[in-house]
Amino acid sequence: MAKGSIVAGCLAPHPPHLVYAENPPQNEPTSEGGWEQLRWGYERLRESLSKIDHDVLVILSPHWQTYVGTHFLGLPHFEGLSVDPIFPNLFRYSYNLDIDVELSKAIHDKAADAGLAVKMMENPDFRVDYGTITTGHMVNPAFDKPLVVISSNRSRHYYSVEVMQEMMMELGRVTRDAILESGKKAVVLASNSLSHRHFTTESDVPEDMSKEHITSHAMHLWDMRIIDYMRTGQAQRIIDEMPEFTEQAIAESDGGGLTWLLSTLTVPTYPAILHGYGTIIGTGNAIVEWPCYAHEEV
Amino acid sequence: MALLRSRGGLSLTNPVLASYVVPVHPHPLLVPEQNEGWQRLRDAFDEARQQISDSGADLIIIYSTTWPSIIGHQIQADPNPTWTLVDQDFHDLGSMDYSFRIDAEFAEAWNKANHARGLQSRTVAYNGFPIDVGSVVALKLLNPDNAIPAVIVSSNVYANRAETTVLAKSCLDVLKSTGKKAVAVTAMSMSNRMFTEFIDAADDKIHSLKDDEWNRKVLEFLEEGRLEDVAQLSRTIHQQIRVQKVVTFKPMWWLSAMNDNRNDLTGRVLAYEALHGAGGAVVHLDPASNGMGDKEYDEDDVEVYHGERNVLDAEGSENTPETKHVDDNGPALWDPAEGKDAVNTDSAPKPVGLYPHARRVGDLLYLSGVGPRQPGTNAIPGGPIRDANGEPLEYDIKAQTRAVVENIARILEEAGSSMEKVVDVTSFLVDMDRDFAGYNEVWAETLGHYGPTRTTLAIRALPTPIAVEMKVIAKI
Ligand SMILES: [Fe+2]
Repeated sequence: MAKGSIVAGCLAPHPPHLVYAENPPQNEPTSEGGWEQLRWGYERLRESLSKIDHDVLVILSPHWQTYVGTHFLGLPHFEGLSVDPIFPNLFRYSYNLDIDVELSKAIHDKAADAGLAVKMMENPDFRVDYGTITTGHMVNPAFDKPLVVISSNRSRHYYSVEVMQEMMMELGRVTRDAILESGKKAVVLASNSLSHRHFTTESDVPEDMSKEHITSHAMHLWDMRIIDYMRTGQAQRIIDEMPEFTEQAIAESDGGGLTWLLSTLTVPTYPAILHGYGTIIGTGNAIVEWPCYAHEEV
Repeated sequence: MALLRSRGGLSLTNPVLASYVVPVHPHPLLVPEQNEGWQRLRDAFDEARQQISDSGADLIIIYSTTWPSIIGHQIQADPNPTWTLVDQDFHDLGSMDYSFRIDAEFAEAWNKANHARGLQSRTVAYNGFPIDVGSVVALKLLNPDNAIPAVIVSSNVYANRAETTVLAKSCLDVLKSTGKKAVAVTAMSMSNRMFTEFIDAADDKIHSLKDDEWNRKVLEFLEEGRLEDVAQLSRTIHQQIRVQKVVTFKPMWWLSAMNDNRNDLTGRVLAYEALHGAGGAVVHLDPASNGMGDKEYDEDDVEVYHGERNVLDAEGSENTPETKHVDDNGPALWDPAEGKDAVNTDSAPKPVGLYPHARRVGDLLYLSGVGPRQPGTNAIPGGPIRDANGEPLEYDIKAQTRAVVENIARILEEAGSSMEKVVDVTSFLVDMDRDFAGYNEVWAETLGHYGPTRTTLAIRALPTPIAVEMKVIAKI
């Protein structure tokens, strides 16, 4: 079997507003658009990924929150209706997606060997979280490639950012190993925002872009600092500053996705491509791609 | 409203017939047989179900910690939500089919009442809306045949005590106006730290001795009917036995307010057991007075929510983070006292008592203490030092000091004096260690130039949430 590879790593945030703004047939509410800067960013990411041959998308979403270990979707197919519990007015999406159970199980097994608490999720009634679905949709609206879906272990809440990072670095390493051994070409996706302080009110027309801005200057400065590290190939500094970033920007990286992603890419020293940045009800969101295929032996 | 409240025992006007605390994890519903403790929790749920059924309640109201919200509070308003829920962690224990009867009319009325009391909230009525595990477990076990209609409210991740208290008051408004009698339920863990590893059901126990001890102390209070005491300890309890999550120990604020913030309820702990390490308790609180007499309580009894929610409209001077309104938490404002030799001006902030801005005596001018509040808006440049609940806030001492000096200059100008003519200044700081350097820097750039004598004192508090005030004597 040929050696597998990670062909690209992406930061691919999941605010349901992006799906809402596109009016895809799967989503019930309708909008007049909005958040175009980010949606154009996703367009560029899709364009970029369409040029890279890949078999599977591996996603870690902070909205499948598990406190007891890290879990993996473990059945080949899931379909149903996903209603966002926080923005049900924007996101009621009929999903239909396939899971690469073989690869999921391979990552699961390696993680177990490395001493992490892990579990396969095999209940057919399980509803896939809206973060996974939103990121899945924005990256590949046809859902014609199988996914590996990894839960977000809340170790940051139980212990600290440092413990979360330790676990996610390990999970990233075993994810990478399993992909390389699988012979498959994978795109890995961390589904999270950067700064994550929301507005606590919503305008009458949610897509009214005259109301959209970052919640505070400090949040903006943090987002730009992190993006700068991404664009200049300084991923290690992101890892190093993660505790401060997560605390001070209330960043959604608390779910572990970003650390895990950087670990799967062996903490890249090459520049990432920023496809877009914008705010969604005040939170900072960046769409970023690490073009591994151009920098690693594939 | 205050007149209706009964401080010494059973309230004749409070429509809450009974209150319950119940755990959120699905074990007592799905697999009680796997662990004796889980079975005891199940038995306690069953006992509570019987009590509720016998109570004659028209409504079950659930405040659930496993339903977080961001845009204010959300209230379930689908008359018949139907779905199959699978727990995110405990999916291997099985699926939970549900079909509930919701009092949608009550939900809409509560939403309206929230807005009337200044709260942000909305109802949700969408096919497939994911009802949270705490609510599903509670309703399936407490009301299995839907004999009593229910209402479910979320736990807002940003809500403070004031907001959570007002949420209960608006709920009481609707109960009173509709004449309905209700049972109030909080779906919550006590200590909420679970084991992060998988364990055998038989090995379940409270995660740590410390969590266990705190749980028992909290339950002892509840058993004594001291609900408001528990509510006031909420922040401490959260720090001690709760995993840092956005949704805190705030349900006790809601439940206490639903019971008129009383401390003399009749409490009973029906069960207390471990659920994968977390503390799960079923507690019954009867509004009948336990005869012990009510106790003092010292937190504000908030009627209307004034907190800043309007982040979207932050452009105006009123709500920018640098200059926040304080008329919500400061004392009442007065018109400056008139009188012979009094000097008053609209371009200085209104006094907090009956006194003028300044008074002339011969060729001297004595100013009343001047703070940084802005004339007209009453905003505090650099921000107030605490919020409406008395929680400390970050503030900028330099901005506050500059604003004080500007106010002084305006009063001097009104009296025909000026900064050069200032003779003596007494400054008051509420936090000498934190603020002296910043205050001193601004002093040197402003009044210090003109050479008045100066005395700086540390004091415990000022009447408004400000950090600095100055008392000035000048020549005219
Ligand atoms: Fe999110």
